[in-house]
Amino acid sequence: MVDLSTSVGKLQLRNPTMLASGVLGETAELLLRVADSGAGAVVTKSIGLEPREGHPNPTVIEMEHALLNAVGLANPGIEAFKEEMEVATKGAVPVIGSIFGKNVDEFTKLAVKMEEFGATAVELNLSCPHAEGLGHEIGADPKNVEEITKGVKGSVSIPVFPKLTPNVKDIVELADAAAKGGADGVVAINTVRAMAISPEAGMPILANKIGGLSGTAIRPIGVRCVYEIWEEVPIPVIGVGGISTGMDALEYLMAGASAVQIGSGVWIGGPEVFASVCKEIEEFLERNGHSSLNDVLGAAHSC
Amino acid sequence: MLIRKIEKIVTESHHTKSFYFKGGFDANPGQFVMIWIPGVDEIPMGLSTIGETMGITVHSVGVATEKLHSFNEGDKIGIRGPYGNSFDIQGSKLLVIAGGTGIASLMPVVEVAVKDRDVDVAIGALTKEELLFARRVEDSGANLKLATDDGSEGFHGFVSDLAGDLLSEGDYDQMLTCGPEAMMKKVIELGREHNVRTQVSMERFMRCGIGVCGSCAFDGLRICADGPVFDGEEVYGKGDFNKHRRDPAGKRTPLIPNL
Ligand SMILES: Cc1cc2nc3c(=O)[nH]c(=O)nc-3n(C[C@H](O)[C@H](O)[C@H](O)COP(=O)(O)OP(=O)(O)OC[C@H]3O[C@@H](n4cnc5c(N)ncnc54)[C@H](O)[C@@H]3O)c2cc1C
Ligand SMILES: Cc1cc2nc3c(=O)[nH]c(=O)nc-3n(C[C@H](O)[C@H](O)[C@H](O)COP(=O)(O)O)c2cc1C
Ligand code: FES
Repeated sequence: MVDLSTSVGKLQLRNPTMLASGVLGETAELLLRVADSGAGAVVTKSIGLEPREGHPNPTVIEMEHALLNAVGLANPGIEAFKEEMEVATKGAVPVIGSIFGKNVDEFTKLAVKMEEFGATAVELNLSCPHAEGLGHEIGADPKNVEEITKGVKGSVSIPVFPKLTPNVKDIVELADAAAKGGADGVVAINTVRAMAISPEAGMPILANKIGGLSGTAIRPIGVRCVYEIWEEVPIPVIGVGGISTGMDALEYLMAGASAVQIGSGVWIGGPEVFASVCKEIEEFLERNGHSSLNDVLGAAHSC
Repeated sequence: MLIRKIEKIVTESHHTKSFYFKGGFDANPGQFVMIWIPGVDEIPMGLSTIGETMGITVHSVGVATEKLHSFNEGDKIGIRGPYGNSFDIQGSKLLVIAGGTGIASLMPVVEVAVKDRDVDVAIGALTKEELLFARRVEDSGANLKLATDDGSEGFHGFVSDLAGDLLSEGDYDQMLTCGPEAMMKKVIELGREHNVRTQVSMERFMRCGIGVCGSCAFDGLRICADGPVFDGEEVYGKGDFNKHRRDPAGKRTPLIPNL
């Protein structure tokens, strides 16, 4: 038996796969279904102070080897989300509350609520690429990342994981700022700012025009980001972007991630993708004579 | 995103029109597509005609469907899909029960099933004028039964009550239904009573249509990817059935019958 358990700071996981924010994470029953399907933890949809309907459709479209989305942080608001958390936290795995706000004050209020609702950790969405005055519009500035992380850390006792945007010159600066703010780990990456145009319609397809690219196509970008952060900043990293197989996950784990998240992988793989990724990692480790996942974490740096 | 010209528009009733366009993709009865109305919205629609020419049948209920109703032949729409699962026909004698626009998603399965099975189709609507596809059902070779709430045509009452009468007389192997959830709930209950399996086609607000965003959550099921067709028993016990939908912000909201 290969030991697949891992930890991200104080967060203990039965296996390294987590559900990425914004995918099936808005409702309790689907969070539970993903947990039952084998994920090591689940991250909720990013939740704000007030209900938001998000952008009009089209909000999610398929591309070759990728999805393009501009859902626009649709969410029922933190108060209404309490009833989802009450049910979701009865599952077998940690529930990580993802939150977004426009300043320290909003992030802090939301984090306190998430802790009160039973979240095992909070993830700070400092990286959504398609919502005005939110996400990466704040999170692209290392000063904001440090200040918001520090504010949240000072008000909750659960682990805090800022989620970083790849749409900057140097993601290492953001990871460094998160570490200075006291983060327990960072999540990399959110989607890559992108656009698709329909020549026949003569306009961008997404109603918001600009969205975020996810899925297989962005994996090399995510792997590079995780690798660079590991080299420069002594902080645990959760790798995300384009994972749908065990080998995809192993790229991130060898780049230095302690755990991974899967979002778009649910598109083709369904909620069963978590179990199949774990099985493939286990088979790889066995084939290569490893008894524990720990053996390969960061392995790509020793060459 | 596939872009298609609307080749033909047929007015079916004062609030419903069918739109036909060239397909170029395969689809199975019960599947749906996401229809992009450029600059306005993108909405899910069951395929009411499947083949070289594809068709959708649209009840005008709000912003996007009203806009579509204002379109002319030659105007362009975008199409993603087809998505979701399809009906799984079983047995040799079927009862198909449609409420309102529900017949749109059922018409293709009727036309396939009737080739080698005995098919009765019960269509219900508020009034005679709102009964859709009666002629098309007859042309397919299926046996047509009609019900109107106001008694202006056929059985006077709900189509589920008509279905109850039919079940008492006939020996059906399976029921297929699409329409308001209150109606489908009654159909599932009738199925239990008469020991007939039921497949239901469900609707919820959608964004992606491909099982990723979670907008169409119905308890632990995704209507778009786990459905839209479910075994009646699979949905009957769910707390959301005939009770709740999720609004675009994801909040659990009472379901108001709208078909
Ligand atoms: C898989 C699937 C297949 C479908 N197939 C068809 C089809 O073949 N033909 C067809 O006409 N429609 C079909 N629909 C429904 C159709 O997608 C909607 O009617 C359409 O999206 C409405 O868009 P709108 O912008 O016109 O209305 P909007 O402006 O978005 O909203 C008006 C509508 O919102 C809905 N609504 C608001 N509050 C509530 C509430 N409390 N409870 C329930 N509903 C509420 C009602 O539908 C209301 O009429 C299907 C839906 C799905 C999911
Ligand atoms: C439909 C959709 C919605 C998303 N919503 C959120 C969100 O609310 N908050 C967030 O931090 N990330 C969100 N993301 C980004 C993912 O969590 C993830 O970082 C990104 O998609 C890359 O991973 P993937 O390739 O596995 O999807 C969303 C992604 C998709 C596809
Ligand atoms: S519409 Fe996105 S999961 Fe069903």
